[in-house]
Amino acid sequence: MITSRKLANFIRLALSYILLVILAIAAIYPALWILLASFRPGKSLYSKTLIPDHFTLSHYKELFTSPVYMFGTWYANTLKIAVFSMLIGVVLTLLTSYALSRFRFKSRKTTMSTLLILGMFPGFMSMIAIYLLLKEFNLLDTHLALIIVYAAGAPLGGTLIAKGFLDTIPRSLDEAARIDGASNFGIFTRIILPLSRPMITYMALTQFVGPWVDFIFAKLILRTKENWTVAVGMWDMVNTMQNSNFTLFAAGAVLISVPIMILFGFLQRLLVDGLTAGASKG
Amino acid sequence: MQRHKARAAVLSAIFMGLGQIYNRQFIKGLIFIAVEAAALFYFITNLGRAFWGITTLGESPSRLEKVKGIAKMVPGDHSIVIMIESLITLLFLVLFLIVWYMNIRDAHKIGAERETGRPSNTFKQSVRYILDYKFAQSFLLLPGIGILFFTIMPIIFMIMLAFTNYAAPDHIPPARLVDWVGFETFRNLLVLKSWSHTFYGVLTWTIIWAVLSTVTTYFGGMLVALLINQKGVRFKGMWRMILIIPYAVPQMISLLLMRNLFNGQFGPINQYLGYFGLGGLPWLTDPFWAKVTVIIVNMWVGIPVSMLLIMGVLTTIPRDMYEAAEVDGATNYQKFRIVTLPMILFSTAPTLIMQFAGNINNFNAIYLLTAGNPVNGNYQYAGSTDLLVTWLYKLTLDQNKNNMASAIGIILFIIVAGFSLYNYRRTKSFQEEDMIQ
Repeated sequence: MITSRKLANFIRLALSYILLVILAIAAIYPALWILLASFRPGKSLYSKTLIPDHFTLSHYKELFTSPVYMFGTWYANTLKIAVFSMLIGVVLTLLTSYALSRFRFKSRKTTMSTLLILGMFPGFMSMIAIYLLLKEFNLLDTHLALIIVYAAGAPLGGTLIAKGFLDTIPRSLDEAARIDGASNFGIFTRIILPLSRPMITYMALTQFVGPWVDFIFAKLILRTKENWTVAVGMWDMVNTMQNSNFTLFAAGAVLISVPIMILFGFLQRLLVDGLTAGASKG
Repeated sequence: MQRHKARAAVLSAIFMGLGQIYNRQFIKGLIFIAVEAAALFYFITNLGRAFWGITTLGESPSRLEKVKGIAKMVPGDHSIVIMIESLITLLFLVLFLIVWYMNIRDAHKIGAERETGRPSNTFKQSVRYILDYKFAQSFLLLPGIGILFFTIMPIIFMIMLAFTNYAAPDHIPPARLVDWVGFETFRNLLVLKSWSHTFYGVLTWTIIWAVLSTVTTYFGGMLVALLINQKGVRFKGMWRMILIIPYAVPQMISLLLMRNLFNGQFGPINQYLGYFGLGGLPWLTDPFWAKVTVIIVNMWVGIPVSMLLIMGVLTTIPRDMYEAAEVDGATNYQKFRIVTLPMILFSTAPTLIMQFAGNINNFNAIYLLTAGNPVNGNYQYAGSTDLLVTWLYKLTLDQNKNNMASAIGIILFIIVAGFSLYNYRRTKSFQEEDMIQ
């Protein structure tokens, strides 16, 4: 009896491990494949073996030296856009979520529903209008345009999640500060901001990653090659040469992914909280 | 008894700020006067043209004219530019009317206070009052303006487009004018055979895709989470780390990467199938297999998120529920069915619905992987894996069928917004938020 249960347990565990190993391979393989491809000599997509005969850094070198692929410029552009739109976007999101979480005013629920619905609108439906609007202000093909658009869109996605977080900061803290004579603004900067550091990190991260991966909008606005972001550049690379220069694409992909993966690694815990905060809380 | 409030209100209605000055609030009054002066200046030059523009959408297309015997291109009205300029002016008008109304109310209120004998606030006091009692509204002003011009205005514009004939080849400005056509676009989309066939076909696939992609990632994630969480499985942290990798790779990169991985000719997947003596599959080029591929790839991208989410929920299930079940002699399967599953479903239901709504609009997963291809000959400008959202993108950017795209966008928006609003209104964080405190 006991042995049979033990046996069943053993089989269950063995099967679980086999399944986990298969899943782990499936999860790692594509990432590993592109990493190794970026060190592979030659240009083609096809390779006899996963691990190349010898390793080369020439693709990375080419990315930064080749006059055709201005990867260094694109990288700097993206970094600039990401940092600025992150800063402005986080401030705007914090303003809205603080107002919605701490104050009771007439059209509050309507504002929340409106934010939710607007966030559901397919973004590029409004592309043409924004395009024409930016054209009116002579902002086409500038990075400022992208920063404004990303930052202005930030409250749509982030407010409700951030508000869910701010709701969990006990209101007795605000009241204590108010009794001590703090103004609304003082409460915001001295109490709410320090306590919502995890939330701010989460928002900053998502805001920062956005410009690295958004290509639809960047492609529409940035017309000249020197102004492109990495996303547009990589998309163009895959689209124009398909398989003819795959290893170069691989090197670029690694350079984009590594910083973002490191950020994710540090902030894994926060991400889980962020994911669950908006939806299932209370 | 003086009648301050009526007098102040009337004065403010005649010209913004007069009522405030009557109420001895000079700085506030001057600010309001400056606002109205600027607004008047702006509207006198623009408002007439805005009304003309929004009703006619321009009257003269650009044309060749003989000037001193030489044919010369004369620029005409660009309907779409006129439309958006008019829209912006009208939005400013609405904003101005709101400010104007508030100015009257303010004059009325202060006037009423003066009647009771209270002196009106000094400018400093007014600022204090706003900071203390109207804090939320003034805080929301800046994000509000951003949203108004970069989200709401474009949406109104797109909705307007759906009721015009702005489409290639006959109505593309500046050579031709665009006109209002009422519901004709919607009628064509839903009833006219050539369009409706594509629309219903793409709509069906969109729904199939949304259901399958949500279900596969959700239950896949649940399976992985349970696997790792089993009693007896060691190195839980390591497994979690490994399985989370697909989530950390930027989605755009992983999709472009998969496109190469599943390449029918040179891709490694078919290569490996070849080692086992199997013929390669047309992963991205056959209509059926392309659909399978997008679902598989989406599982790769999406399962880690669900895994993280469900692992989070698993830690919150109280241990004594399992102990109680064990005392009652429940098997592992029964424990799962009676305790674990309902708990997970209960706390992730809102996320599940949001994922479903998000998948309906999952532009990246399709466009970066297959670009909607393989081409379907029976469709109007759509491929076999096109979702409504990628179809509308192609209609706009490649085909210039802007009115049709807008109509599709409106329909899509109604579907998705309906789902998410229903979902959000249901969640406790909306209804009983004050109870958390």
